[in-house]
Amino acid sequence: MEKLFFLMFAAVAIASGLAVVTVRNPVHSALALIVCLIQVAALFVLLRSPFLAAVQIFIYVGAVMVLFLFVVLILDMRKAVLQAFPPVKKRFVVGVILVLSAQMVAFVFLTPMGLGPAQGWEPTVESIGRVLFTKYLFPFEVVSVILLAALVAAIVIAKERQ
Amino acid sequence: MNSEVAAFFSPGDFLAILPEMVIAGMACLLLLVDIAVPRTKKCVVPALAVLSVAVAAWFSYELAGSGVSAFSGMFVLDGYSDFFKLIFYIVAVFAILVSLRYIRTEEIDLGEYYVLLLFSLSGMMIMASGTDLLTIYLGLELASLPVYALVGFLQKSRKSNEAAMKYIILGAFSSAILLYGISLIYGLTGTTQLAAISAALVTGDVNGPLFTLAVIMLVAGFGFKVAGFPFHMWAPDAYEGAPTPITAFMAAGPKAAAFAVIMRVFLEGLYPAYDSWQMAIAAVAVGSMVVGNITAILQTSIKRMLAFSSVGHAGYALLGLVAGSEEGMASVMFYLFVYAFMNLGIFGIVIMMRKDSQSGDQISHYTGLGKSNRLTALAMLIFLFSLAGIPPTAGFIAKFYVFMALINKGMVGLAVIAALMSAVAAYYYIRIVMLMYMREPEKEFALASSRGLLCVLIIALAAVVALGVYPGYFIDLARYAAFPL
Amino acid sequence: MPDTAILLEVLVIVVKVSVICGILFGLPLPLTWLERKVAGHIQVRLGPWRVGPHGVLQPFADMVKLLIKEDIVPDRADKFLFKLAPLLSMIPAFLVFVAIPFGEKFAIPFIGNEITLYISDMNVGILYILAIGGLGIYGMILGGWASNSKYSLLGGLRSSAQMISYEVSMSFAAIGVVMLTDSLNLLEMVRSQSGSFLDWNIFYLPVGPVWFVIFMISALAEINRIPFDLPEDEGTLAAGFHTEYSGMRFSFFMLAEYVAMVTIAVLTVVMFLGGWNPPLDISIFHLVPPIFWFLGKVVLFIYFFMWLRFTLPRYRYDQLMAIGWKVLIPLSLVTILVTGLMKI
Repeated sequence: MEKLFFLMFAAVAIASGLAVVTVRNPVHSALALIVCLIQVAALFVLLRSPFLAAVQIFIYVGAVMVLFLFVVLILDMRKAVLQAFPPVKKRFVVGVILVLSAQMVAFVFLTPMGLGPAQGWEPTVESIGRVLFTKYLFPFEVVSVILLAALVAAIVIAKERQ
Repeated sequence: MNSEVAAFFSPGDFLAILPEMVIAGMACLLLLVDIAVPRTKKCVVPALAVLSVAVAAWFSYELAGSGVSAFSGMFVLDGYSDFFKLIFYIVAVFAILVSLRYIRTEEIDLGEYYVLLLFSLSGMMIMASGTDLLTIYLGLELASLPVYALVGFLQKSRKSNEAAMKYIILGAFSSAILLYGISLIYGLTGTTQLAAISAALVTGDVNGPLFTLAVIMLVAGFGFKVAGFPFHMWAPDAYEGAPTPITAFMAAGPKAAAFAVIMRVFLEGLYPAYDSWQMAIAAVAVGSMVVGNITAILQTSIKRMLAFSSVGHAGYALLGLVAGSEEGMASVMFYLFVYAFMNLGIFGIVIMMRKDSQSGDQISHYTGLGKSNRLTALAMLIFLFSLAGIPPTAGFIAKFYVFMALINKGMVGLAVIAALMSAVAAYYYIRIVMLMYMREPEKEFALASSRGLLCVLIIALAAVVALGVYPGYFIDLARYAAFPL
Repeated sequence: MPDTAILLEVLVIVVKVSVICGILFGLPLPLTWLERKVAGHIQVRLGPWRVGPHGVLQPFADMVKLLIKEDIVPDRADKFLFKLAPLLSMIPAFLVFVAIPFGEKFAIPFIGNEITLYISDMNVGILYILAIGGLGIYGMILGGWASNSKYSLLGGLRSSAQMISYEVSMSFAAIGVVMLTDSLNLLEMVRSQSGSFLDWNIFYLPVGPVWFVIFMISALAEINRIPFDLPEDEGTLAAGFHTEYSGMRFSFFMLAEYVAMVTIAVLTVVMFLGGWNPPLDISIFHLVPPIFWFLGKVVLFIYFFMWLRFTLPRYRYDQLMAIGWKVLIPLSLVTILVTGLMKI
């Protein structure tokens, strides 16, 4: 039963992921990305991590993608809609990508997966918070500095200067 | 502190990251200082930035050699990280000093410029000290993100905007590839700590096709960060469009940090799988030397030429990694140390050529410099010789030690290719020397010198000559700092 | 052959879901009537009067009107998204109710079986509600864009900017309540507020009232109610993102809006007003089934929203942004700090 759900979510995720890059209209692309992110959230639920699933939807679908759409809607996309995908002259690139991805899939299936699921650790909100502030305290703080730096960088780039 | 928390870190751990905290903290503080000081006294911000680097350097000096592993093995203070931090401090201070006048000429004198430089510096320091793929990746992002913005700092210049756009998109792409590699390594070994990965590689049976895939991803991701062939496509555009001090900073700072990380990951974490990554790195190294040096010949813009030359230099440095010995590691460290000086020096002169309406970024602009401005031309000559690897400059010694490391491991073929490529490189470096000395100047040169810039040029010049004549102390330092394999 | 216990459980869930869906679908009928009546009386007039006694049948007449109205899809609209948008706005509004508790266990008379008054007792309930509730915005943006009309597009853009801005302070308010009650679970939240009204989070001095005000203001903006109904500002944008919609598709948007209003009222009651706990811990109050306390408080809040709508003028757009970013977010950050210090 669980396997069935996994295959369903995974298949939709891959299909919508492909749609993101192949669909011509940027708005449809964004929509496909939303679908893809929701499927990933569903996979988190299957992995017994409802917290991560909720956060995934909250942050990616609820905030990041809204901003994406916001920007896309402001742009003039009549040109983008008219362009053929993949670009006609570079169709052979698609072939190369297909071969490479087939190779990657083969690599994945050829490798025996030794490690089982992590034991004795429930991904509850409490335990996630606990490791974030103990074992992973240093990376956690570095992330906060990165966010601040990114904020400053974005403002510097976007702000009108006199 | 309760016992549960104490199991993961102690007050000593915070002492270990004191230099990083100083830099990141000062970056935050400078944001506020910048608002507080009036426009006429803006030199307070760079002065404080230099001061904070000095304070951090002093802390690093005090902490040096303690060998502390902090935050449950995610961060380490060893000789290796101290050596790289020394390079970063020098590069950061030089970058600030050469910017002082330049950013006023370009009308981009915002306090955020220095703040972003400091943020990037703190990221580089974390990269050098990271012993966990997680910390390494975060350090990498912290070092790159501010640089993306700095590349696009010339808001009015289309080239600068284009450069920032290309750099950020390709940078994000390479980060994704790198993360995929890291996630595969994590999936295969069950850990992100380099020491534990190494142990898992020795004991466990992980050398499957998937591991190869992970190694390829890591090589591609890191290859982008050092601008090695075939992941160097962004470099010429980004180097050309960026404000010149930032170009100098990128070529010396974040690149050295990326090398610090590459050597840490491949020689500490993945050393047991040496056979599976050696060929990939060697291919990138040879490709970078050949493509970088040959394409550099065709350039007319000096910044583009130096960009391709830096691709070539990345190739030489990667050869030291291919050798896979402690000697090779030390040779790379020395190479990067020397490269920081010669790179900052030559870019310092390019910055000097930028005055008022004179852009000074074409090679032809240097025609006849030797006739009118003897000292500047002489300095340029020495830096060019050093980049080409002509004795008795430091560039020669640096290359020499890399070749030695290769030959000692029996990789004579690679050493021969590298030597041949140095000869090719000498062609385009010496072409500029010819232009400077053999032709008459077309017009008067106006040089934008400033005290900070002169300071950097004199120190860099002294270092390039001194390291070329008497390299012993720093070679020993690099040997001592290299971590044991 | 699955045994009967599981079958029964599935059956109970199916019944609960259908009951809630039925209630939610029927909700606009009384609510529109109420809204128009409240409007009428506040403005010293009668409101709906003709259809049925006191106009109670007016919503049915409206329903018939909406059902038989022509369904217009504008020329050169993105047909697929145009038709999808009302559903995108309606479905999340309904999905939220999976996690909302209406009370503790409840014994069915005559059978003696106990059933719970919630569909799913989620560990991350509040997060789920905020996350799923936030998805309704896609209906507005995509509907506005797909209509291929200036007014609709501007309405959609306004609503996305507004909701993103206020989602931050609303989530901060939720974090504040989570800090006060030590749980993300809505049932736990209500349980921790049992006792007299002084135990309710709104009276958790000094931060409780501040959180309540922050939540109230940002929630009003989230559900596009006056004084924050900029996305459908008649004066400048016709009807905003749903200008081009008619008939059933239009009514889906209205339905989503009313359901969102109820959701916010329910959340306020659960988070700040003790849920189904009676205001005083005395035996007379406990005779009344908890669900009545709960629904009573909810209705009170719905009335409050309507009251606001006909009392306050609409903000200008820059004022809206200034309130969100320059007042509410800094205030919430400070309040988080104070709350954290109080919980040490």
